[in-house]
Amino acid sequence: MISIRGLTKRYGANTVLDGIDLDISAGERVAIIGPSGTGKSTLLRCLNYLDRPDSGVIRIGDLTVDAATASSAQILALRRRTAFVFQNYALFANKTARGNITEALITVQRKPRAEAEARANEILREIGLSDKSASYPAALSGGQQQRIGIGRAMALGAALMLLDEPTSALDPEWVGEVLDLMRQVAERRQTMLIVTHEMQFAREIADRIIFMDGGRIVEEGTPAQIFDTPKDIRTANFLRRVR
Amino acid sequence: MRALDVDYMLGLVSVILGYVPLTIGMALAAMVCALLLACLMAVERVMRVPVLDQFVQLFISFFRGTPLLVQLFLFYYGLPQILPVLSGINGVTAAIIGLTLHFSAYMAESIRAAILGVDRSQWEAAQAVGMTQAQSMRRIVLPQAARVAAPTLVNYFIDMIKSTSLAFTLGVTEMMGATQKEAAGSFLYFEAFLVVAVLYWAIVETLSFLQKQLERYLNKAITR
Repeated sequence: MISIRGLTKRYGANTVLDGIDLDISAGERVAIIGPSGTGKSTLLRCLNYLDRPDSGVIRIGDLTVDAATASSAQILALRRRTAFVFQNYALFANKTARGNITEALITVQRKPRAEAEARANEILREIGLSDKSASYPAALSGGQQQRIGIGRAMALGAALMLLDEPTSALDPEWVGEVLDLMRQVAERRQTMLIVTHEMQFAREIADRIIFMDGGRIVEEGTPAQIFDTPKDIRTANFLRRVR
Repeated sequence: MRALDVDYMLGLVSVILGYVPLTIGMALAAMVCALLLACLMAVERVMRVPVLDQFVQLFISFFRGTPLLVQLFLFYYGLPQILPVLSGINGVTAAIIGLTLHFSAYMAESIRAAILGVDRSQWEAAQAVGMTQAQSMRRIVLPQAARVAAPTLVNYFIDMIKSTSLAFTLGVTEMMGATQKEAAGSFLYFEAFLVVAVLYWAIVETLSFLQKQLERYLNKAITR
């Protein structure tokens, strides 16, 4: 069970996140949609403290992190319970595809190298990139890099997977393969919070859709409720624009 | 104009070659120490540890802002007067320490720039998988910075080899010191210093060749 209470983030006078309250059950797949600049990505980044929230409490299982008192040990613990997939992939440039997956298993989770490599090989097979295990990110296509990015997140076995617009930086030809992989991950009931502009995809894989605007959650519900019968005028207007 | 004494020059080559190991040895020892010190200072400059940061800035400013020869004299002839413990120090050790301090200041700035040049997303990805700051630095950021800084660091090594010639002012008989002694005996100054110049040049050219190989290797390792 994940619970977020009163999460707030300001940049100067600009309030980007305005007291977000959100609960996510284990195995739930939640998609966040909404106009650009409404704090969707900031919400994800605040959830693992890549951006430090100004206030609010995050609970993941028995771990509680309050922005007012968060210590570096708590932040580290929070990050070790979440996995993050970046819009720009952010693969480690000095590591091979396999190295990108094994790195945290060895350095952070202290798994023996052989075990980490066996896990990486398993993941590489699942994401269909076994033949690229020794390639460096610079030699991979955008789609392949993002599949490794998702593979790296899968390997961590995190309680919550955060995906920040994973297909937005991709050339159109690579979007399909990345969406397919995310479907696979979703099918395993990995708890995930995904910011996306792919409405059809969100509708297909999410248990719940959240519509954000102006740093707040405006409306949430099942995909059918949000996409077919939105209650708030802002949701309806946004959906009309993106369809 | 008199003719060059070619036989003398050829004979001198073999004499001076005997001092090449000392020159390279001093430069290598100073390079290893300077690299370690520079890495520590660069990481500190990026992390900005209070108090230590001011000290490191002062150190870098002093050793970049004063001539190497002055630093060597200050260290070898000056310091023992106020710190008698240092009075037993020999010229080679003093030169290695002087070269280390001087070049570490320059190298620290190069490494710092290389660290800051590593894309921010690399830091974020390391933090996101749960690495500590130190792990992110050591496992992800420094290796990438090293690739960027390597050519510049080899340049400093080349510069350092040439700078070992200043050790002769501390009474060390290395390539330059040996040449000076030979020339003083034969009075053939032009021949003697031409020979040592060509030998330094040959060493540096060899290193430049190795530098290109290293760059090619480093680039291949990341784009394979």
